[in-house]
Amino acid sequence: MQFGIFSVSDVTRNPLTGTTPSEAQRIDAIGQIAKRADEVGLDVFAIGEHHNPPFFSSSPTTLLAHIAARTERIILSTSVTLITTNDPVKIAEDYAMLQHLAKGRVDLMLGRGNTVPVYPWFGQDIRNGVALALENYNLLHKLWRDDVVDWQGKFRKPLQGFTAIPRPLDDVPPFVWHGSIRTPEIAEQAAYYGNGYFANNVLAPNFHFLPLVNFYRERFEHYGHGSKEQAIVGLGGHAFIARNSQDAYERFRPFFEGNPIYGSSYGLEEYAKNTPLSVGSPQEIIDKTLSFREAFGDYQRQLWVVDAMGLPLEVALEQVELLGTEVVPVLRREMAARRSPGAAPAPTHQSLVTAKYGDAPARQPTPNPNRGDNLTGARPYQDTDLGVAAKLPLVG
Amino acid sequence: MTKPFQNPDQPARLVVINAGVSDPSSTRLLADRIAQQSLDRLSAAGLTTSLAIIDLAPLAVDIAKAIVAGFPGEKVQAAIDTLAGADAIIAATPVYKAGMSGLFKSFIDLVDNDLLIAKPVILAATAGTARHAMVADEQLRPLFAFLRAVPVPTSIFAAPEDWGAPELGTRIERAAIELTQFVASGVGRAITNAAWDGYQHQFGGNAAAAERSAADVNFDTDLMRLAAGGTTRS
Repeated sequence: MQFGIFSVSDVTRNPLTGTTPSEAQRIDAIGQIAKRADEVGLDVFAIGEHHNPPFFSSSPTTLLAHIAARTERIILSTSVTLITTNDPVKIAEDYAMLQHLAKGRVDLMLGRGNTVPVYPWFGQDIRNGVALALENYNLLHKLWRDDVVDWQGKFRKPLQGFTAIPRPLDDVPPFVWHGSIRTPEIAEQAAYYGNGYFANNVLAPNFHFLPLVNFYRERFEHYGHGSKEQAIVGLGGHAFIARNSQDAYERFRPFFEGNPIYGSSYGLEEYAKNTPLSVGSPQEIIDKTLSFREAFGDYQRQLWVVDAMGLPLEVALEQVELLGTEVVPVLRREMAARRSPGAAPAPTHQSLVTAKYGDAPARQPTPNPNRGDNLTGARPYQDTDLGVAAKLPLVG
Repeated sequence: MTKPFQNPDQPARLVVINAGVSDPSSTRLLADRIAQQSLDRLSAAGLTTSLAIIDLAPLAVDIAKAIVAGFPGEKVQAAIDTLAGADAIIAATPVYKAGMSGLFKSFIDLVDNDLLIAKPVILAATAGTARHAMVADEQLRPLFAFLRAVPVPTSIFAAPEDWGAPELGTRIERAAIELTQFVASGVGRAITNAAWDGYQHQFGGNAAAAERSAADVNFDTDLMRLAAGGTTRS
């Protein structure tokens, strides 16, 4: 099982000092947070995608490539990559490139996003949101698996004889998680392809996402990828940890109560009791996380938000430290002890390479020569399947 | 994928939503009179009955928090669950500033769009003056139309002078008879069973027949086909 952190990349005023970090400060901070997560042995760092203030992460692959160069082991992911408003062709290229640079330490989570105006800003219509997400992923799936793609859909201009470059590392696409909090069609798509399903597990009552997770498990089995318990499930969460419970509540309270999203509804204690928000000592965070497993079954990935609500960098780093040294080592042990032998391991690039090639060497796509028109034709790679007949676009 | 809604052998569940805030509240008094008359009529029609009352005043703070948080806490969820199980509803609100009470509307804002589909409802309002007599028909009726509920033909309005007028009792009787006919005929259940798939629903929602597992989900849709690798080209 993988444990890590995810960030929505909010730039929020610190209610204690009254100061708001600049974009520059937060961008610098997130690099340090990711680096510390790697150093303390967390498995995953994920960053969101936004296109408006007060957020900073508009370009996850740029940020993650930088972090890849500064880290050793941690898997870099997204929370989420917008599958609705991005061109799936560009997603295919950007994340394949990132995968090469990070030597396979990359996967991604796809989502629709929650900011209505982003659709029109990127020339789309939110009323098509679910259909866009589904169709765009269908194309992305193909672009990462077929060297040459002819494709036609409802939303994007058709593609003829298109090759997304670079091909995925070892010709194994990054693992994909489909994030959704209410839409069975998204869970269905995750199940159809045998991809992962992730519920953010925040801003909702305890176990609110259980019906969708169970739906995904059922459909995963229906499509023949394995049993329900072998489905690939990820859960989010939000944590604030201190040595003891009282300190945790005392230190977190001003940030919680000062937050525009959380501060004006349920009190902190009530919120922590009735939702997946984990506040307390390391043992309390451990117990609460084990209750997720109790309800959702064995799962593959647990991520927490630890840097939101205007927490200063040193506190966010301390949270990462406590997760890595006090919480996750115990959770690894406890989860392993409870784990059903049938439960699937968390996917990694290495596990996907092994699943595809066994002990044989991985394919390393090597292009054919430029024909003089900056194209390589229907056979872009030296080992391209001769059976593929690309329909190249007519020019002129 | 329609599924049966309720067991006809179970008691008819009458649920009152009361937005009156004082104690005693004339809105609650009105709701009680309508409820008693409805229970009597339902019993006379040979039905067993049960009654639940949702007083909104004690939930006011929780309702406000649920709106801001985006999800209900335990108490509001319990009220929603009670409403989801109703076979008939009495919706009673005081009139404030020429309209339904904000508390009443705020509570209704928290229920799923499909929670009250085809449920018979008696609409009721109280006010300090007869000038507000149309609030039930001009504000509550469109609201419950949006929810695809079935308000009975007679709405009940009570201004101070009505509490001394036998005509109020006559109107209450009439509304109770109408409600009884809807419940006894099972038309709400019949509509829901026959047309459920035609309404929009939210997976895992609060409605009694909400989709909660793969067995409840209709996979024969454009989006579900697209989800399973298919195409839509309309």
